[in-house]
Amino acid sequence: MTVFSRNPVHSILYLVIFFFAITGHYLLLNAQFLAMVNLIVYVGAIMVLFLSTIMLMNLNQETEQHKPALARIGAVIASGLLMLVLVAVFKRADNMPLPPDQSPMLSTVKNLGAVLLDQYLFPFEFSSVLFLSSMIGAVLLSKKEKAAEAR
Amino acid sequence: MLNVVLNIFSVVSIQSYIILSAVLFSIGVLGVLFRRNAIIIFMSVEMMLNAVNLLLVAFSVYHNDANGQVFVFFVMAVAAAEVAVGLAILVTIFRNLHSIDIDELKNLKW
Repeated sequence: MTVFSRNPVHSILYLVIFFFAITGHYLLLNAQFLAMVNLIVYVGAIMVLFLSTIMLMNLNQETEQHKPALARIGAVIASGLLMLVLVAVFKRADNMPLPPDQSPMLSTVKNLGAVLLDQYLFPFEFSSVLFLSSMIGAVLLSKKEKAAEAR
Repeated sequence: MLNVVLNIFSVVSIQSYIILSAVLFSIGVLGVLFRRNAIIIFMSVEMMLNAVNLLLVAFSVYHNDANGQVFVFFVMAVAAAEVAVGLAILVTIFRNLHSIDIDELKNLKW
């Protein structure tokens, strides 16, 4: 529904439902921390960003022409073939044995925090540099060019 | 040391999660190739990222390995940063072209 909806705002709302469904799957898999992070980061931040951008540029009308018919048929065939290949490759995996030692304390915040800040300390600190660079880039791209207008 | 497996994999096999993630990924690919609106293409890329996240978490719980979930954490962080920069680029394009139809970005085409 996200892909086929005419109105972009409807697509965004369907994507929000999609993210809620993925959060539910994370909860089924006992990944509590990631479910909440998913909700807060994706639904709370990224979707709000999408909605505010669409509202800012006033794109909520359905003013989109369609791609040529050949390109659309090609797109459906390509993604259908991809889905066919991926499903066919993994079809024989239905009797995989379960590894014996599973603990329900794997996905708790305490355990994940211990792994995150112990083995992955450098990527964790470096992601702050990543965020800084993306913030600087976003602000820089959004500035109006005052020098060109003042000339 | 637990002898009884307490999670979802005693009810649903891992194959279902693999197939679900593959189908979601293919729908995301369809969305990227099918639409002309740049924002919907962006949202399809987010869909693909989420499908991969789901598969990573499923395998992390399957193998009782916390590395998968930490990797998902970083993927989410990178996706958030990417959305910020991508939407800034989109706004700049819109300001210059007054349209976000990707078929109008053909100045580099021969």
